Amino acid sequence: MGIQRTGVKDSNQLRDSSLFRPSQSEVDLYQHDMEDFLLDSAAEPAAPHQNKLLLCDLLDISGVLSEAASAIVDDSFTRCFKSNIPEPWNWNIYLLPLWCLGVIVRYCILFPVRVLLLTVGWIIFLGAFIPVHFILRKHDHMRRKIERGLVEFICSVFVASWTGVVKYHGPRPSRRPRQVFVANHTSMIDFIILEQMTAFAVIMQKHPGWVGLLQNTVLESLGCIWFNRTESKDRHVVGEKLRKHVIDPESNLLLIFPEGTCVNNEYIVMFKKGAFELDCTVCPVAIKYNKIFVDAFWNSRKQSFTMHLLRLMTSWAVVCDVWYLEPQTIRPNETPIEFAERVRDMIAKRAGIKKVAWDGYLKYYRPSSKLTEKMQQKFAESMLRRLRTKTSDEDLSTPMEG
Amino acid sequence: MGNTSSMLTQYDIEEVQSHCKGIFSQREIISLYERFCILDRSGKGFILEDEFMAVPEFALNPLAQRLLRILEGVNFKEFVLLLSAFSPRASFKEKMEFIFKVYDSDGDGKVTTSDILGVLRDLSGSFLTEKQREQVVIQALDQAGFSSGCMLTYEDFVKVLVKANLKMEVEVPVD
Repeated sequence: MGIQRTGVKDSNQLRDSSLFRPSQSEVDLYQHDMEDFLLDSAAEPAAPHQNKLLLCDLLDISGVLSEAASAIVDDSFTRCFKSNIPEPWNWNIYLLPLWCLGVIVRYCILFPVRVLLLTVGWIIFLGAFIPVHFILRKHDHMRRKIERGLVEFICSVFVASWTGVVKYHGPRPSRRPRQVFVANHTSMIDFIILEQMTAFAVIMQKHPGWVGLLQNTVLESLGCIWFNRTESKDRHVVGEKLRKHVIDPESNLLLIFPEGTCVNNEYIVMFKKGAFELDCTVCPVAIKYNKIFVDAFWNSRKQSFTMHLLRLMTSWAVVCDVWYLEPQTIRPNETPIEFAERVRDMIAKRAGIKKVAWDGYLKYYRPSSKLTEKMQQKFAESMLRRLRTKTSDEDLSTPMEG
Repeated sequence: MGNTSSMLTQYDIEEVQSHCKGIFSQREIISLYERFCILDRSGKGFILEDEFMAVPEFALNPLAQRLLRILEGVNFKEFVLLLSAFSPRASFKEKMEFIFKVYDSDGDGKVTTSDILGVLRDLSGSFLTEKQREQVVIQALDQAGFSSGCMLTYEDFVKVLVKANLKMEVEVPVD
């Protein structure tokens, strides 16, 4: 599996939930792209007679209705979160028994072995971590080093427990100050796969359940940055923590998932600009899963993380490619949002996934009314134009008045 | 979970197809069923407002609320029938009926000036004053020979819109 150990490790994690509330400029960027592709069709009333206000033009809402119907029938946002079910291959008399045999092997032989491996791994990990954590209280540097090594170890155990076949391409991340790693996000296992190779610090939302317990104990001591999606001021607080982290030469490499949510590895949604305005080098990492044995997309709406892990542990293997791409810095005339787009483009090309101009947050929030208002404004203007040409001496007050 | 079309039997497909008067092909109906199952997250057999509004492209549409009134809570057969108005194979009459349904919010078979104003309000938002909207409606009605307080029946509607260049075709993706 080619697991190499580098010296240092931290594990903070940016999870499926969003890190930052969209700021106005982010919203504007998304809408700029969306506008182009949405307003191509006739949101304007059908207008064979541009200057006259005809009843048939006024009543003809077919264009607007068609856009809505088209969205109902298929839309690019929902496609990003669709679990793609592979074609069943066990459809004939020869393949079916073979498949059944495979199921027996996977569930009755592989799965117990993996559970055993995981249990042993955890026992070793906790058996070493807890003493080290308390005994080496005074010797922080040494303690952290050992703790990182242990977390790296347990991540390798996790990867082994789903027989992860991970191919790493490109130069391994090197510890240098002022750099930040960004990657596309498909599941929480992205973090585990990257972590076993290099020690990263990640940003994470606090979770309930056993994950939360781990966060409060193990990950806390490694220095996670927590965020709270529901608190709007949180953004500045976390931004500050990020900036401090990046400057500190003793801290670990920082990994951020700018999509802010898990996407199905066929598409990539818009990046949050937070990672791109820290005034440092951004190193893109592209991750692409091969669905040959299992689909690694974690559809958090459909299943819990535990179920997701169990599914991975009862399949043959998880196959993926990880590409460490060339580090990028912001160009002189580039805004952070444009920088984010450029990096997203690089990752999309390398991983062979399609870019989509939607904000991942739309999974949790309704879209802002700004875009609807733009369409309404366009329509209103065309109506006013025609009203004007018909009646030149009418009392025409400007829009938005009264 | 296997292929969703296996949950739809041939008999079901044919029933739905005859309900929408054969406008959609069987492949399109299967595709629409898969889509219906994706939108109907909890598998209850109909789609709620929140589930429709989870599609951002739909939520952005100025007429989303009106369409929700028509589409919300219907079963799959009705869903297909309603969407059939958007098929390239639908007749002018079917498209007309749909548009009329959107306008006639109280379902009394007549479209009044206030109905037209209501749609205009959705389409123009806060960018036209109420007075301007009324001017637009009165002027357009006047142009077509209707008085301002009148009510349009379905036949009137058809007579007016037969001159319009309807752009009402949506393609159902089939793989």
